[in-house]
Amino acid sequence: MDIKLAIFYILAAFTVWAAGVVVLGKNIVRAAVALIFSFCGVAGLYVLLEAEFLAAVQVLIYVGGITILLLFAIMLTSRIGAGTTRVINDQVVLSALVGAGLLFGLGYAVLRGIPALTGPPHLPETSPFLGRALLTTYALPFEVVSVLLLAGMVGAIVLARKE
Amino acid sequence: MMTFADLVQSLYAFAMAWGIPYVVFALVVMAIQVGAVIGYISVAAMFLIWWERKISAHIQVRFGPMRVGGWHGWAQSIADGLKLLLKEDIIPRGADRVVFVLAPMVVFAASLAAYVTIPWAPGLIVRDLNIGILYMVSISSLAVVGIIMAGWSSNNKYSVLGAMRSAAQAVSYEVPMVVALLGPVMLAGSMRMGALVEAQAQGAWLGILPGWFVFPQILAFLIYFICALAECNRLPFDIPEAESELVAGFHVEYSGMRFAIFFLAEYANMFTVSAIATTMFLGGWHGPWITLPGLSPGLSQGLFGLAWFQVKCYFLIFVMMWLRWTLARLRVDQLMDFSWKVLLPLSFANLVITGWVLVAGTQILLMVLGVLFVVALAVGLAVRARGRAATGTARG
Amino acid sequence: MVPLSHYLILSAILFSLGVFGALTRRNAVAILMSIELMLNAVNVSFVAFARYLPQTQLQGQVFAIFVIAIAAAEMAVALAIVLGLYRNFKTVNVDEINLMKW
Repeated sequence: MDIKLAIFYILAAFTVWAAGVVVLGKNIVRAAVALIFSFCGVAGLYVLLEAEFLAAVQVLIYVGGITILLLFAIMLTSRIGAGTTRVINDQVVLSALVGAGLLFGLGYAVLRGIPALTGPPHLPETSPFLGRALLTTYALPFEVVSVLLLAGMVGAIVLARKE
Repeated sequence: MMTFADLVQSLYAFAMAWGIPYVVFALVVMAIQVGAVIGYISVAAMFLIWWERKISAHIQVRFGPMRVGGWHGWAQSIADGLKLLLKEDIIPRGADRVVFVLAPMVVFAASLAAYVTIPWAPGLIVRDLNIGILYMVSISSLAVVGIIMAGWSSNNKYSVLGAMRSAAQAVSYEVPMVVALLGPVMLAGSMRMGALVEAQAQGAWLGILPGWFVFPQILAFLIYFICALAECNRLPFDIPEAESELVAGFHVEYSGMRFAIFFLAEYANMFTVSAIATTMFLGGWHGPWITLPGLSPGLSQGLFGLAWFQVKCYFLIFVMMWLRWTLARLRVDQLMDFSWKVLLPLSFANLVITGWVLVAGTQILLMVLGVLFVVALAVGLAVRARGRAATGTARG
Repeated sequence: MVPLSHYLILSAILFSLGVFGALTRRNAVAILMSIELMLNAVNVSFVAFARYLPQTQLQGQVFAIFVIAIAAAEMAVALAIVLGLYRNFKTVNVDEINLMKW
């Protein structure tokens, strides 16, 4: 078996298991830790896809920023030791059907429609390439995203301030 | 380089001759590298703990460890390590066992993983990644998650408080740190650690100073060093483990081997940030070298490079320890103020000026500095005049 | 070489898990975590396409960067809202936050 295929299966299994714990885990802190694991698994998949800059950014922003924010929110909105309430609400059956339907639909579309592509043998070095793309072709979305982040920051501070 | 890569090549040829598949060979080499790094961290951490006690003692006009092992208590760290290993493993009742056990591992794994791209000597890097410095910064941000896990799972109010403060401090100081590190990256044109060291090998500033990036990027170096102190939770940014305030913060419930792992991770982190500062600002492993008799020039340069790297790193660690035992602790709000209101604007200014100079040449820099100087002079005089008018004093 | 369909099916699995979590979890923060899972799944498929399709500008990876940035902004605002909810209702259980239900 190709070594890349083996690594892919290991990473994919790890990520899906972690995602399962996020979705079904009783303890919310354990679900957050499992989310960290799934982010790291996805970062590993990016490295496998030769997107090393994106993998580093994924770890830096998602694990080093968003999960810390989530953990702060969990710590501020729950009590230590609590966690005996039900985790899943009444819509379990319906949402399981919806999720399964989505999965089968997407899987069918993928297996029917996507030809067996191989792509170029190696991508160009992604960091300078992405830098150039972001500052030339995608300069407008780049600036708009920075305005969005500013607006998000200001909005979050205003919403979370104690009056 | 001809020294260590040659060794790996000859080992590979040896393995091929014996018919060992490449995967096994690669895994064995990786295992050896990991073992070497862990060995280095353990020995270095033990040495640093002893050294810190000695430095703190001499700053405080006392002696420090003097007895264990004879000469100046050099075996004190070994004794401490044995003591921690032999202690009882206590997990507090009500603590989340899985997260409690996992937290020190996450912190140590994050600190250890950053050693992959440290350039110890010419050709001696575990893996010279394309995104070297970005990789180190992102892996270091994993340690904060471990700290929050440790604080939360201890089922202790002081732990949670310490963990939240530590996370807030680490995240706040990460931003100016990364922006300050962009200065040398722009000067070198690459994020690869090897390329950063090589870019500082050529040239000399003003003809006499070595071509290190600390001279044009002195502001970035200072910002990076301050942020590195905050990332390592060292005084003056000591609030998360303030011994006299929060009872040891997020690791108050940890004892024995688990506490030893946190301790080891902290000293490993100190070495990592010093190594980053050395590589990006102080020229990495560059230094004067001579060809030792009986060795090839490549190997001599390698050995001297290794020695110079260690000297520079330990010098920076010495400065960190010196600062710890000299300065007072910053309060939490002072800490956050300093990061967001002082360091971040300064690091952005450094980034803008560096970019400007790289695109438009040094004349623009001199012009900008001249204009800034005149403006600062004018503002200073105006403020002084207003202050005098307000208080009503007039000195002739 | 890993076939492209493997990555896309993995992305579909993660996305469906995220949808299931967003529809069934009661804790508001857990719903946000499921939304992050969905965004990650989409990113995986973008980056897989960037690798396997001939693209001149690595559009897949550029878009993935934008998705990460937007996810960060969205998390900040959403968690601020959750904190506001907690202050007013003393709970983050979305079943109990039903003042506007008729």
